[in-house]
Amino acid sequence: MADSVAASVAASMAERRSPAAAFAARFEAASAGGGLRLAEIPFLTQINLRVDPKSPAAERIGTAIGVPLPVEPGTAAGGGDLEVLWLGPDEWLVVGPDGAAPGLVERLTEAADGEHVSVVDVSAQRTTLVVAGDRARDVLAHGCALDLHPRVFGPGRVAQTMLARAGVVLVAGADGFRLLVRSSFAAYVAEWLLDASVEYVAGG
Amino acid sequence: MSERSERTGGAAAQPHRREGASGRVLRFRFDGREYEGLEGDTLASALLANGVRAVASSIRLGRPRGVYAAGSEEPNALVQIEEPFPEPMLQATTVELYDGLVATGLPGQGRLADRPDPARYDAVHAHCDVLVVGAGPAGIAAAGVAARAGARVILADERPEPGGSLLGTAETLDGRPGREWAAEEVAALAALPEVRVLRRTTVLGHYDDNHVIAVERRTNHLGAAAPADVARERVWRIRAGRVVLATGGHERFVAFAGNDLPGVMLAGAARTYANHYRVLPGRRAVVFTTNDSAYAAALDLADAGVEIAAIADVRQAPGEAWAARCAERGLEVLTGHVVTAAKGEGEVSSVEVASREGGQAREIPADLLLVSGGWTPVVHLFSQAGGTLRYDEELGAFTPGETRQAVEAAGFARGVRTLRACLEDGAEAGRRALAAAGFAVPAGPAVPSGTAVPSAGEEPAAAPAEHLWLVEAPGDGGDYGTHFVDLQRDVTVGEVLRAVGAGLTSVEHVKRYTTAGTAHDQGKTSGLLTGGVVAHALGVDVAELGTTTFRAPYTPVSFAALAGRDRGPLHDPVRVTAMHEWHVARGALFENVGQWKRPWYYPRRGEGPGEDPGEDMEAAVLRECRAAREDVAAMDASTLGKIDVVGPDAAVLLDRLYTNMMSTLKVGSIRYGVMCRPDGMVFDDGTVIRLADDRFLVTTTTGNAAAVLDWMEEWLQTEWPDLRVCCTSVTEQWATVALVGPRSREVLARLAPGLAVDNDSFPFMTWRDAEVAGIEARVCRISFSGELAYEINVSSWSGLALWEAVMASGEVTPYGTETMHVLRAEKGFPIVGQDTDGTVTPQDLGMEWIVSKKKADFVGKRSFARADTSRPDRKHLVGLLPEDPGVLLPEGAHLVETSALPEPPVPTLGFVTSSYRSAALGRTFALALVSGGRERVGERLYAPVGADLVPVTVTSHVLYDPEGARRDG
Amino acid sequence: MLLIACPWCGPRDEAEFHYGGQAHVAYPEDPAALSDEEWARYLFFRDNPEGLFAERWSHTAGCRRWFNAVRDTATNEIHAVYRAGEPRPVIA
Repeated sequence: MADSVAASVAASMAERRSPAAAFAARFEAASAGGGLRLAEIPFLTQINLRVDPKSPAAERIGTAIGVPLPVEPGTAAGGGDLEVLWLGPDEWLVVGPDGAAPGLVERLTEAADGEHVSVVDVSAQRTTLVVAGDRARDVLAHGCALDLHPRVFGPGRVAQTMLARAGVVLVAGADGFRLLVRSSFAAYVAEWLLDASVEYVAGG
Repeated sequence: MSERSERTGGAAAQPHRREGASGRVLRFRFDGREYEGLEGDTLASALLANGVRAVASSIRLGRPRGVYAAGSEEPNALVQIEEPFPEPMLQATTVELYDGLVATGLPGQGRLADRPDPARYDAVHAHCDVLVVGAGPAGIAAAGVAARAGARVILADERPEPGGSLLGTAETLDGRPGREWAAEEVAALAALPEVRVLRRTTVLGHYDDNHVIAVERRTNHLGAAAPADVARERVWRIRAGRVVLATGGHERFVAFAGNDLPGVMLAGAARTYANHYRVLPGRRAVVFTTNDSAYAAALDLADAGVEIAAIADVRQAPGEAWAARCAERGLEVLTGHVVTAAKGEGEVSSVEVASREGGQAREIPADLLLVSGGWTPVVHLFSQAGGTLRYDEELGAFTPGETRQAVEAAGFARGVRTLRACLEDGAEAGRRALAAAGFAVPAGPAVPSGTAVPSAGEEPAAAPAEHLWLVEAPGDGGDYGTHFVDLQRDVTVGEVLRAVGAGLTSVEHVKRYTTAGTAHDQGKTSGLLTGGVVAHALGVDVAELGTTTFRAPYTPVSFAALAGRDRGPLHDPVRVTAMHEWHVARGALFENVGQWKRPWYYPRRGEGPGEDPGEDMEAAVLRECRAAREDVAAMDASTLGKIDVVGPDAAVLLDRLYTNMMSTLKVGSIRYGVMCRPDGMVFDDGTVIRLADDRFLVTTTTGNAAAVLDWMEEWLQTEWPDLRVCCTSVTEQWATVALVGPRSREVLARLAPGLAVDNDSFPFMTWRDAEVAGIEARVCRISFSGELAYEINVSSWSGLALWEAVMASGEVTPYGTETMHVLRAEKGFPIVGQDTDGTVTPQDLGMEWIVSKKKADFVGKRSFARADTSRPDRKHLVGLLPEDPGVLLPEGAHLVETSALPEPPVPTLGFVTSSYRSAALGRTFALALVSGGRERVGERLYAPVGADLVPVTVTSHVLYDPEGARRDG
Repeated sequence: MLLIACPWCGPRDEAEFHYGGQAHVAYPEDPAALSDEEWARYLFFRDNPEGLFAERWSHTAGCRRWFNAVRDTATNEIHAVYRAGEPRPVIA
């Protein structure tokens, strides 16, 4: 089973193109100074999960994937190669490595065991952009109205919010921020990030 | 100093510069003449140093005007920077001098640049526990208390250096000049990790929930040396837990004859020029005051070398200490006196002084008249924030009252007078802000700011001020033609009296009648004066009249700063599909659909220069249409909205939201559906695919994807929370290729060898999972053109690969949205938002068949029984054929019954919603919404095209293949 | 820019929300049983008070949840937010 998934992933790998692929070189150039790191992490598995947090299904799902669903609004929980992001009171995004979608959908569906849950593969719906480095907060502050101070929005915090004029899922990690951006907005957000970075990359 | 004398002709170059001035010499040009100034000057101080008196002229009367103030309250000295980049309507008092500055004085209004501004402007969000506005004594004290306890503090000040009122005075704090004390204090604060000091930053607006907008001028003062990649101005959008407004005060003047002449200046401003800029604004001065503050100015100016000819004090008794100091210095104090006129040709040459008791006026030669009509606390932001104001009898001005926001004023902004009291008041405000933010409030001295407690300098006890607004002109109906109340708008006491005479009794009405207070200085020095004159004329107390409304922005702000980076390509997001790069490379022209860029058409490019110009739009679209009808063509349909609807009650939800029945749809099948609003008007349409018993995929129009998802959530969350259904957007999860035309089956069969494509195995309105070009795909047999067609959906990561595979054989013609529109219009398929406008029912569209009669209820059903939705004259969707088959009707053209227009109002029967040239019909055609249209089929109507009315024939809206013979290939 | 406290996500800028009009206007149990006038009242008529007003908001840019708020239309002060389905709180 796992082998066949891997094989089918490999077969289609050559044909895939991530939404911000065209920005790789410009991201790298903007990251050269050291104060800031911009990059795309393409092809992550993302499963949208809707389930009543008080239901037995929610508990079984937590057990099945090894990560209890975080119920505190705006938080993330991780375990193994999975991370679960709170999106709403009955909604989560389960993020995993490239190629994990078919197996993850199956595990989540099986754990629901016939109870009402919604499991939707949205891996290609959004791509992941990294904004890290000492100046990451400065760059994001140009377009994000949230208070990103480490005391307020430190590692483990998640927010669905606006960055400039695009909706994003903003995830704070120990090593900077990740932005989950709708694929059709990826080029806009990438251009916006590069533009907002101008003052922070010029001097290195 | 040595640098200056080395590089210039010495003192003669700046004849009004005091000895001891230092700084780099800067060269500038004003009104075509070359001047020199010093680093640290404003344009105003540099002009004064060079003896330039008339800087601008007034907007209505063209009277010469000079520098009146020393900050952003300046009403007179309006200039335009010409080089390095044109900027209109600046105050000479706030333009920092730089080398190479070229400016001109303005006649009350400026000119916009005729070239694009190359500078960068940006914006940033910021958050803090305490925002302190104003870095004068109170602001520094407040910020110091809050910052040292660990609070997140922003300290914003509009000037290049901190100090506020300390900059203009000679006062010392803890043995240091006030200016040095302020600089050291603020530098120490700025070094704290949670403190941000914003210099050259004007807080423009104070909005709800302590949302505060400020503009920081970051490189304006560098002129041509400003680095291109640093934002010239930055808008700060600050959300503050608490705001301390330490905004100080503005001195006001008094209305008397000729009070606008160059050489008339606010006393405090003259003091600032002498002390801070080391400039003498004149040689021989008369001082006119209603209060003690002008005495300090007079003494400082006397120390600086200005001859003080006389001090006219409206009061019978000035402060004793001040009187004594004047006597010591031999300055003549005329108590109970007023200035009746400033006189001179183009500038002040003498001042007429008279006793208030009457008697002969005395004319004193002078080139400078210092005026102080008292000080007005700067309450603009407090008032904008929703705070009330109350009249302070002693101050003769309005001070902050109540507020529902977490904001307070400190220092002179709330009427606190002395330096020591302002320091203490600021510190108290800082403590209250700390407590509100949940910090421990430190114990300690009242003013625990920094290493040492600053000691206020000697401040003589003040005698009360007298509030005089107006020096009356002699005689009945005296001439008030040059008693100005608003210098920038050229409003005189005469006009205020006329307004009051016309029956206006409110300051708001007088403001609108006379325009007083509406100029871009917003009446900072004149607002209260206008109120005072109105009160005088009405014989009421100014306290009863109140003030006019304070509105943002506090000072003018450039549109460029407000636009920031939201311009050009970043003005609005451009959304693109996975295939976008291919479309660009193929030379497609694009159409904006919502935020999406969709290929509009793909013109064939010309071969070689000149010979073959290539295709125009008409030729390209006719070719693309022919390919779709006669051969095979493909379109990128990825932008359609897609929503996964999952749960045991999914079918129930869809039955309630669509007009037709969705629960009867079989797994594996597809149904077209229409959604209405409760009022019965069409909201959206699309297809519904049943993936499993409890799982549907709904498609929406491109522009309505988010609205439909919101619509579903709204009903689920607010009306039907019992339904077990979840809706998830998958619009960008999938990339979609529409493969259209009689040969589409053949092309699909080659791309998907594992898929049985014959009509029986894969009938119309069904879907199949398949591998297409080696990519996992969901293929739907649906058609928006009437032709045999498929929509192939793959992961958007593979969208480009699929598109390239479809195009690889070279036999599939790519087509854009224009062709799509023509094809669907030929079939009479409406586009929601183009052929509908929120007033159109499914029945109006000729789609009675899609409105279920079986369902007990669905959203919109009840409205179909309203009298309004069954009116016979409702507009129906019909086709139109221009009688001349070459005439293309303009979309939006109205339709009338007669071949000549009657007198207006012309009764219109409806309008054209879509209009195209059709390759299949060999002619033009249109769709229109026409009153009672279905009963008019066959009638002749008229539509304006240019200057003509052209005849058109009403037809069915289905013009091509009405029997549907082509959809199975 | 109001700061609106989403009952789930906490305070966010007004720009993240959609306004949904008057709260507690239920879709009629049986629209077919209503007179034209009653149906028109449901469709087209809403209160417009100066002062406290219970209204619907959706945190569209965030958790996408609908909730209710009691706002003073004269001052823009929001006195309470509460989740959909909960009764309107009594404001002193």
